[in-house]
Amino acid sequence: MDQIFDIFFLEAVLNGLLLGGLLALLSLGLNLIFGVIDVVWICYAELIMVGMYTIWWLHTQQGVPLPLAFGGGIALLAVLGAALHQFVIRPVLAAEPINQLLVTGGVLFLLQALATVAFGVEFRNLGVRIPGVVVGEMSLSGARLVAFGMAMVAIATTYLFLNRTYMGTAIRAISQDRAVMPLMGVDASRVYLLTSAIGGALAGLAACLLVLQYDVHPAIGLSFGPLTFLICVLGGLGNLIGGFVAAFVFAQFISVGGFFLQLEWGYVIAFVFFIATMFWKPEGLLSKRAGR
Amino acid sequence: MTRSRSIGLVLLLLLAAVPLAGPGNYLLHLMVMALLWSYVYTSWSIMGRLGLVSFGHGAFLGIGAYGVVMLWNHWALSPWLGMPIAVLLSLAVAWVIGLPCFRFKIVGHYFALVTLALSEVARLIIVGLRDHTGGSLGLTPKSDLAAGATMSLKAMQFADKAVWFYIAMAAWLLALLVWRAVDRSMSRLALEAISEEEDAAASIGIDVTRTKLRVTLLSAAMTCIGGVLIAQYQLYINPETVSGISVSLQMVFGAIAGGLFVMLGPTFGAVFLLVLSESLRVLIGNKVLGVDITIYGLLLVLFIIYMPKGILGTVQARLVGPGR
Repeated sequence: MDQIFDIFFLEAVLNGLLLGGLLALLSLGLNLIFGVIDVVWICYAELIMVGMYTIWWLHTQQGVPLPLAFGGGIALLAVLGAALHQFVIRPVLAAEPINQLLVTGGVLFLLQALATVAFGVEFRNLGVRIPGVVVGEMSLSGARLVAFGMAMVAIATTYLFLNRTYMGTAIRAISQDRAVMPLMGVDASRVYLLTSAIGGALAGLAACLLVLQYDVHPAIGLSFGPLTFLICVLGGLGNLIGGFVAAFVFAQFISVGGFFLQLEWGYVIAFVFFIATMFWKPEGLLSKRAGR
Repeated sequence: MTRSRSIGLVLLLLLAAVPLAGPGNYLLHLMVMALLWSYVYTSWSIMGRLGLVSFGHGAFLGIGAYGVVMLWNHWALSPWLGMPIAVLLSLAVAWVIGLPCFRFKIVGHYFALVTLALSEVARLIIVGLRDHTGGSLGLTPKSDLAAGATMSLKAMQFADKAVWFYIAMAAWLLALLVWRAVDRSMSRLALEAISEEEDAAASIGIDVTRTKLRVTLLSAAMTCIGGVLIAQYQLYINPETVSGISVSLQMVFGAIAGGLFVMLGPTFGAVFLLVLSESLRVLIGNKVLGVDITIYGLLLVLFIIYMPKGILGTVQARLVGPGR
């Protein structure tokens, strides 16, 4: 009896770890955009939803091979990310920060509704199954393993890009000092546009991994959107490493909490932990400053 | 001044006379909904216009709605008694979240996202307690209407929509009075100073934390009562419509679309959104789902870009002239 319990518990911990990788990828793009442009895309999860529909539509309706469909989804979201910045964020860049938050909230409704108009409210399934992996008495979802691996690769690539390339250095420089960099000859608006496109592409990658595991429907963004923001805030908005750590912390709360209780309670515990942490460390888990 | 006041009074009397003219159930229903949501949006704006943009008011709406219905269904406690209990609970929640937020100066994005977590916690708790709350299926208060009766005062159930019209109108007027009282009190000047320049306000002796907390408690309690009224009027609630991120965003956008800084702005926002969604529904019908929200979302984006003061706020600024 005890031993079965332990194995199930270990399975919950491992599943939490895999979920953590996915959540880390989800929060990466959002965090990058916040860190560089100082804007929160409330509609980030809805962009991912659009990507999921694109992949589903290309693969099941148009017969496009899956890898190409994935590429299409990522490319579309990169373009959408740049367009979002150009047409929605840029006009309000000088306005109050809360207006920037709200304007993307409008985009959230817009994307959700457009998806409903185009595809209806039915749940759509990609119909691709990745076989699971059985280790001892534990079974782990194959899709989750793939997602975890891809997420790690993407995170490492982004990290290297930011730290080892010229453009990455420019992006980091802008995020550190918005006022001075333009004086040094860095074209801020180009950097913003590029960052938005990268953020969109990362959302596209997240869409590829999510569509393997979950059915897509217009409201799916609401089920993981709030989680994504909270992870970014928990890690300290704009702090990529903080967000990475926070994703794994959150995932363990959800997975282990959901193992002992029901899934909703795992979320409740995670959210309450989030609120409590905000009071203890308002600038994120890794910040040195404790609450004033 | 006196002229505009008497015009206002005449308009109010005309509004109060609407149910007497026999407008029919559909129109009356729309007006009740408009008044109820006007009340809720106004309650939200009492703190929202001072820079405290809360995405967590769905939690207070949910506490009000689920509080009274569950107390009534499980313990047969009249909503009249359930309401103060729900309000107390809302005040407690608002205090627990508000005090640390204001003391640690959690503002802007951070405040919005912390309160967003609050509204999601409320929704998830309601879904998680499905054995008692009915989960996602929602909840209906047990009917207390005897055969043939049209109302039960004890259960706050009224079959006649005209009764609800007057209840909703009273609540809405009360919210406007509260708005004006806050406006006239010292605390508003203090809060405006706070929302612009927090440290400067503190340096001239304003207790920033306490002033913010007061407004937050007021707004939370009023929103909670809004939840009670909506539950009792519709006689059906579910976690998505009275809690969670959707309804919280709806409050924020309704208030902002109308105009946060004008007393009738949130009301205008509520009426505008209702008229928009109803007319789109009539024009397009239910054949194509989502068209109304598409237009709604598009308008929101355009409003925030081109009319950050909201419809009414922009109109007012035009009328008053560029001097202000």
